[in-house]
This record gives sequence, structure tokens and C-alpha cells, in this order.
Amino acid sequence: MIHQVVCVNLPVDERMCVRKVRLMPEGPGASAERMRRICVVTGTHGDELEGQYVCFELSRRLRAHPELLTGIVDIYPALNPLGIDSITRGVPGFDLDMNRIFPGSEDGVLAEYAAAEIIRDIEGADVCIDVHASNIFLREIPQVRVSETTAKALLPYAKELNCDFIWVHASATVLESTLAHTLNSRGVPTLVVEMGVGMRITQAYGDQLLSGIFRLMHRLGIWAGEPDEVRAPIVSTDGKVAFLNAPTLGMFVPHAPHWEHVARGETIGEIINPLSGEGTPIVSPCDGLLFTLREYPLVYEGSLLARVLAKEEVRA
Amino acid sequence: MIRETLFSLGSLYRDDLRVTGYRFGSGEKAACIVGAMRGNEIQQMFVASQIVRELRALEAQGRLAQGKEILVIPSVNHFSMNIGKRFWALDNTDINRMFPGYDQGETTQRIAAKLFEQVSPYRLGIQFASFYVPGHFLPHVKMMDLGYQSPELGRAFGLPYVLLRRPRPYDSTTLNYNWQVWETQAFSVYTTATEEIDERSARESVEAVLRFLGAQGVIARGLYGPGEPCRIVPENALVAVHAPVSGVYRRFFHPGDRIRKGQVLCEILHPLEGDVVARVASPADGRVFFAHHSPLVSERGVVYKIITGEGPVGSET
Repeated sequence: MIHQVVCVNLPVDERMCVRKVRLMPEGPGASAERMRRICVVTGTHGDELEGQYVCFELSRRLRAHPELLTGIVDIYPALNPLGIDSITRGVPGFDLDMNRIFPGSEDGVLAEYAAAEIIRDIEGADVCIDVHASNIFLREIPQVRVSETTAKALLPYAKELNCDFIWVHASATVLESTLAHTLNSRGVPTLVVEMGVGMRITQAYGDQLLSGIFRLMHRLGIWAGEPDEVRAPIVSTDGKVAFLNAPTLGMFVPHAPHWEHVARGETIGEIINPLSGEGTPIVSPCDGLLFTLREYPLVYEGSLLARVLAKEEVRA
Repeated sequence: MIRETLFSLGSLYRDDLRVTGYRFGSGEKAACIVGAMRGNEIQQMFVASQIVRELRALEAQGRLAQGKEILVIPSVNHFSMNIGKRFWALDNTDINRMFPGYDQGETTQRIAAKLFEQVSPYRLGIQFASFYVPGHFLPHVKMMDLGYQSPELGRAFGLPYVLLRRPRPYDSTTLNYNWQVWETQAFSVYTTATEEIDERSARESVEAVLRFLGAQGVIARGLYGPGEPCRIVPENALVAVHAPVSGVYRRFFHPGDRIRKGQVLCEILHPLEGDVVARVASPADGRVFFAHHSPLVSERGVVYKIITGEGPVGSET
């Protein structure tokens, strides 16, 4: 059943509504209060669409086998519906990144009010998965990101999600206003998944994550089906990740394939200048896994080109 | 005055981004003034440019203090201003959410790092800022309440209000916040407008900054009068008035106007049929601090912010 989480009237004959789909066992004896609940949310950033397929396919598979559903699955495909429908990363007409305004405010403007209502709706869930898709500039392998402060509590869940990599990152004050931080601080274990690239859907990544979501639901007692085996992820910290930023301006042409191992000194790509005819090779600073690779060619000095997970951290 | 390119950034097919600074005097790094950091902050650049003009005249008259250096940076992000964008042209990131910056990081992190390297040594830091909700403000000084400085200092601008903001997590990457962390006394000055030039408000802001610099001994004292009596107000003491419905917005009061509880502040009209569908009354006696200015308004949008606890005109202390 589709529910409205929050609706606000826009100036001219339109309502902005955040909706969710609730799937749960039906019939006599089915009481929501006694069931465990998982929330799958996506679309905070309107240019990130990888989660759209995940939401669709999750819903389709659950509907195909309602007899296996033993808990509540709430699917929120578009936390920022105006952004998604207008290919806008943020909330149109609002300056702040929606994932920097949580927990929102009942007295705030549209985006802040929506954020508060979203939190109110999710609170009390047993787990939440927040699916992101990098941005239009970078392609990411399926990965779970957790902060140092929540790692201990979240790693057991994260390892179920069939992702290749769990990145335990440093805490930062600015990240305290994310959806994940807010929910984690309110007792809802919330995992941030990053995968793919903005403005695209990579079905294989979605299917990989879905195996993990079903496995996690099985563990939580929400899904009685037989779960797939999941990959053993690499767990790493900031110190093992090498960042490659553009040393110059131009167009980046990748040479190395994404999600492959690269050797120290190996050329990952080249920044070319079509006007001058000059090219600047970009080489890997270490042996490791190329888990982030630039997708959008235009770069300024400093633009992120790639991230490499140093080899000692890479699973054999 | 020395005009110099503080730093520049190349672009593939555009001209370089050159960030220009204007230095006055030499010696103690006394005060730094930063104008537009976003592409739509036209008023903020204009005010800073007028300060450059005024300081140049004061310098010619020998009215700058000896042994003090002032740096003015009127615009940081004219790359976006020149093409009508508010944030960084390539990736839409906000330079004012990147401080203290990172010199090995992404482009706007590097810009922030280069800027911060220039501005962080100064004892006093003044930024002309704009707010994330569009509208008109009473000119005021905003200070982050981090406990590092005395709000009393802000009175020396001679603007009617110093607003104290308790920082939220997303404030921790702004210039103002980081200036304070790095021991600069930081002030954000808000003028009435952003995307258009309001010359009267700009003049008030120019005089406020120069009055403040005079009070701090950076330029000659007493050149710009005492200014207005000042109240220090916690930001959360402002009373927000929300639109109860969406539609076309008809505003009746402007920033600075005195209002009574129950007075109708604005009307909202049905956007397609033209009827008045709501009249929004003031919840309190007070003075308009912020007024929404777009012709359209969404349900729940903040249309006014009111400062309460004001006596009749002329009674402030």
C-alpha cells in the first residue's frame, strides 16, 4: 500500500509529496506492532538514480512471494521528489543539500519540514538502508560507508549487504546533519550504500545489493525465503584509501577499468588538453583496487579522478 | 593600496579565475573583508567594492592607522557570477561550505584552502554573507556563538542588531565558523539585498564596517558617526511567521517596519483564480527583521521574521 509520508502545497496547483510503499503480511493475526521493520530509502539527491531499480525490484520480488514476508518493508523511492523529477541534486529552490539538514524542523521551510517528517516516519524501524549513487562525476563499486563512531554497531549489518567494500570513515561535524547520523543517533541502525554513478541505473549493482538486502531481511526475521550467499567485504579505513585529484585541467580519459586491481605506477588515465595537444598521465600511487573512477571527463585542478584501496587491505 | 592577484585557477576554455585582493597599509594583519563568495551575491561584491573605494580615499587623506594592514577581497566566485550561477559552475558545490579547505582536495576545497591561507592571519574578519532563504533583511551583524568572542564587539558596527547564531552542524564548514576556530574575530554582515543592488543598504553597510574599523583602531576614529543603538538578539528569539497556504504573495510590510499583534502582514492569493485565500496576521508586536520577497510562496514558507520586545520608535537602548 502506498502511504504519504509528508505533503506540502507548492505555489501553483501542485503538491510535493514524499511517498512510501509498505509491504507486510496480510490476513488475520498480522499486527504491525509485533513485526520487525526495515526501511529502504533513496533519492535524497535528485541526480542519484541507482536506488530506483533497487526499490522497484525489491517491491517486485516481495509481491511475487508474499507468503515469505514475515515483517514490514517500507520502501521510500524518492525522499526528494522535486529533485528527481527535475534532474536536480538538491531540493529545487533550496540552497542546502537535503542530506545536510536532518533531523529537519517542524517549523522549518519545505525541505526542513519534509526532513523532520521523514525522520518521524522512519523512527522505530529495526534497520534502515540509505541508497546513494555517488554523483554524476564518479563511478563507485557497491560499498557501505559507516562512520568510526557507528562502526562497531553497524558492521554486523553491513557485512550482510553483499557489497565488496565497507569504508569506515572519520566522523565530521558536518556529517551530523545527515539522515544516517540522525537515525543512528535515535536508535535506528542506518547503513549508507554508495554504488554506481549519478543519472544512471546499473542493474548489476542493484541486483548485487538486493541479494544483500534479502539476506539482511532474513537475518532480521522479515523474510523467510532462502537468502543468497554474500561476498565477504573488504573493511577499510580512511588511511588505506589513496585519493587521486587532477593535477591540471582538461578532459579525463580513463585507461584502467573500474573495479580492477592496478599496480603502483600503472597509468589509470590521462588528462588531455584538446587545445594544446598536451596530455598528462595519471598513475596509481600504490598497488590496489580501483574502486572509484571519474565518469565525467571535464576536470579542473583538484577534481577527484579516482580512489585506490591500498593492496594490503584488498581481500586475497 | 596594492592590488594583487591572491591566487588563480585555470580553466580549459574559459579565462582564469583570478581572485583579487586590495591591501591597505602594512604591519599587523588587522582586518580582512570578504565580499561575494557565491555567484548571485551581487550586493555583497558591490559593498566590498565601495569599501575599496572608501579606503583608497582614506589612505590618500592619511586616515589609515599606522602599522595596520587591511585586506579586501571583493569577489571570490565571479566564475559563477559571470554565467548566472550561485554555486561553483562545474559541480554546484558551495565554496562557503568548504572551509577551512584542503589543498590536496577537490577544486572548491582548494579554492577555500587558498582563500583561507590568505584571510586566516587577520585579527578581525568580516564577511558579507547571504542567507539560504530568499528575502530581504534588516542590515545586521551575525556572529556564531562558539564562545570564542564577545558579542559586545559587534555593537561597534552601529547596526541595529547583532544576531547570535548557535551553529548547526552544516555551519561548521563556513568561513565565519572557521575564522573563529582559528582565532580571528569573525563577523558576517547582512545587507538588505543579494541579487540586486540596494544602494542605501550598501551605504549603511560600508559605513558600518568603516565605523567598526575605526572603533578597533584600524582607521581613524569617529569618521562615520556613532551609528544606531544596537540590540544583541539570539537568532532563535526571532518569531517566524509561516505561510498557511501556497499561492501568490502580496507583502504589506518591509524590513524595519513596526508592527502590532494582529496586523495583517501579507495576503496570499489563489494563483489561478485571484481571490485572497489567506491573510496572515502578526503573532506579536515587534519589528520586521526579515520579509519574503518572491511573488510566490509555498505552504509553510517563512514569510516574515519578527523581532519582539521592541518599545515604541526611539526607545531602544
